Parts: sequence; structure tokens; C-alpha cells
Amino acid sequence: MKLQILGAGCAKCALLEQHAREAVTELGIDATIEKITDFGIIAQMGVIATPALAIDGVVKSTGRVLTADQIKVFISGGRFIPKHS
Amino acid sequence: MQIVWDFLQHQILGMAWLDAAFGSLLSFLRVDTAGRFGASVQFFLYDTSKIFILLTLLIFVISYIQSYFPPERTKKILGRFRGLGANVASALLGTLTPFCSCSSIPLFIGFTNAGLPVGVTFSFLISSPLVDLGAFILLISVFGAKIAAAYVVVGLVLAVAGGTLIDRLGMERHVVRFSAPSDALNFEQPEMSRQERHTYAKEQTLGTVRRVWLYVIGGVAIGALIHNWIPVEWIQSVLGKHNPFSVLIATVVGIPMYADIFGTIPIAEALYAKGVGLGTILSFMMAVTALSLPSMIMLSKVVKARLLATFIGIVTLGILVIGYTFNMLGFLFM
Repeated sequence: MKLQILGAGCAKCALLEQHAREAVTELGIDATIEKITDFGIIAQMGVIATPALAIDGVVKSTGRVLTADQIKVFISGGRFIPKHS
Repeated sequence: MQIVWDFLQHQILGMAWLDAAFGSLLSFLRVDTAGRFGASVQFFLYDTSKIFILLTLLIFVISYIQSYFPPERTKKILGRFRGLGANVASALLGTLTPFCSCSSIPLFIGFTNAGLPVGVTFSFLISSPLVDLGAFILLISVFGAKIAAAYVVVGLVLAVAGGTLIDRLGMERHVVRFSAPSDALNFEQPEMSRQERHTYAKEQTLGTVRRVWLYVIGGVAIGALIHNWIPVEWIQSVLGKHNPFSVLIATVVGIPMYADIFGTIPIAEALYAKGVGLGTILSFMMAVTALSLPSMIMLSKVVKARLLATFIGIVTLGILVIGYTFNMLGFLFM
């Protein structure tokens, strides 16, 4: 599995990457995490709001710092449904 | 009706009761609130609490509304407008679309690739940091409804006029081109459910408070300094109504500064209390929020120097015109 973090130079992108790492570690799965900072590639993926997350080439979320728990749901193939708090 | 509105403005939005409460608390602790030190402490406590309470409540409500206008959707909506209508729609949507300046490059490329005129994109980029629903409410609480409305209207006019002018000047060819995405996009973004919007609004509120709290405290600290420590004569001589360069100074000082509108308001509030002209204050707030060094560096990656210089020139000129006009017409807002 390949997780891609799209976005460059902002604190939010770094935070999303950190959460993605946590999610991967907590699930104990074999996944690579790739940072995409090239605006040409980001544009080509159709993303206009960063930070964004793509899993295996599919953009799952844009303009949002997902939590590790939210990323875990995406990794397990589901759509993120928030817990009622 | 007037009584109801005054109560709303001073007690609910202005939280005058909070000011009084901190005053009593400080007197109870034997701090002289009439003295310079006590007054600074009271201003600091009152203003930070007020801004944080309003900030938290407002951002939650606003984020909920904003969840209906993600940039992807805004892009689609704008594609339906032509001419001046597109610039107006872009300036208005700029106030509603959640947008962080770190996202300005992909947004710029996305808008351009969608075939939107460069001026329409600039209308968005000018209005987005400048005019904000939260800032509008905070401005009502500090300066009253008339000045808040004036700020919003001139901010939107600046965004529309700036964008239109950029189009008229034929700046389209000074945009750095990136290849457009292929038609078969791997994109999965279902419409949010109510509960998701709720979670989203909560996340945004926490994220924003975390991002701006330092600016707010810094802004209030500077405000307290202006209020009680810097001699009125100094402020009057530099930014006062009798100095013809006051607007120019406020604009030039404000441009490179990078601060959130929420951090700028307490400074503006203190300057206003010291008799600085309304136009000078509007110029300062607009210069700080609309133009900043980090955002210019970012924009320089997607537009050529010529367009960047035109953009900075137009916005600066607009802010100066707004400042001098309001200083002349300021008496209408008293």
C-alpha cells in the first residue's frame, strides 16, 4: 500500500504526514509513505487544496489535517464516519 | 430597537460585562485599574478573553457553513460566471471558502487550469484573507456595525476592482503554466454528512485557535502598550489626522507584516482609541492581512515577476485610496 501526502511547506502538511505514520504503525501494516511537494504533480492529481491524502493513487481527502484514527479508516478501505462525541 | 441593538453590540458581542468583571476582580486584588499598570492588565485580560470566546464560537459556526463550499466546489461555481459577475462571485466566495495561505499555489493552478481568468483568481486571493465572516463579527464588537460594514464593503470592492484590473491589463500571459490533470481523475470525495460537518467544524475551530492564539496575544499585548504606555502625542504625530502621510506610513508598515486579522484588530482598536483616523486604521488592517511577505514568496512560484508586481501595486494603491477616502469621510461614522 502506498500513502501519499500532498502539499509543501506548511505546518499542516507535516502534521498530516505525522498522523499517517502513526496510523500505519498502529495498524502494523506494510505501507510506504511518500511526500509529494511538486506542484506540477499535485496539480496533475487534480488537488487544489492541501494538505491532501491519497491512498494507492486515489485522492481520499483534501484541505484537511486528518487524525490518525481517520486515516486508519481510509486505510482499511472504509469511508471515514466520525464517532459521535 | 436602538436599545436592543446597543445591548447586543456592547454587552453580547462587546462583552462589556467581562470588562467590568475583570475590573472588579483587579480592584478586589488591590490593583489600581485607573493606574497605567492596572489599566494595561485589565485591557489585556478583557481583550484576550473576549477575542478567544468570540473566535471559538464564530469559527465553529463559520466552519460549518464553509463545509458547504470546499475549493473544488467554488471552482465549479465560478466556471458558470462571465465578466464582472465572475469577479464579484469570486470575491464573495473568497469569504466563504475555507482556505489557508499555504494552499494558495495548488488553488491558483487549479483555478487557472479550470479556465478561470487570472483576474477572477486574484479577486478570490485578495478577498479571502481580507474579508472574513469571523472578522466581520469581531469588528462589530470592537468598532460597531457601521465601521464593520464599511470594512467588508471596501474589502470586497478592492477584490473585485483589483481582479478586474489585472484582467484588463492583459496579465494572463504572465502566469506560469502547469499541465492540467487528466480527465480520468482518481478522486473520491463524497458529500459530507451532517455529523461529518460537525466534526469538520470542530477540527477547524481547534486548528484555527492553535494557529492564531499567538498572534492574538501578541496583538493584544501591543494594543495594551499603545493604550497605556506610548504617549498619545507620539501616536498622533506619526499616525494622527494632521499628518498627511499617516495612511502611507500605516500601509507601508503593514504590508510585510504577517498576522492574522484576529491579531490585528486589538492593535487597530487601541490606535482608534488614541484618535487615529478611521482610514488610517482600515489601511493598516488591510495592509497586514491582504499582503504579506510569505504569501508573496508563494505566489512568485506561479506568476511571473511582472504580474506579482502589478498585483502588489494595485492592492497597495487600493489600500491607500481607501485610507485617504475614509479619513476624509470619517465623520460620517462617528
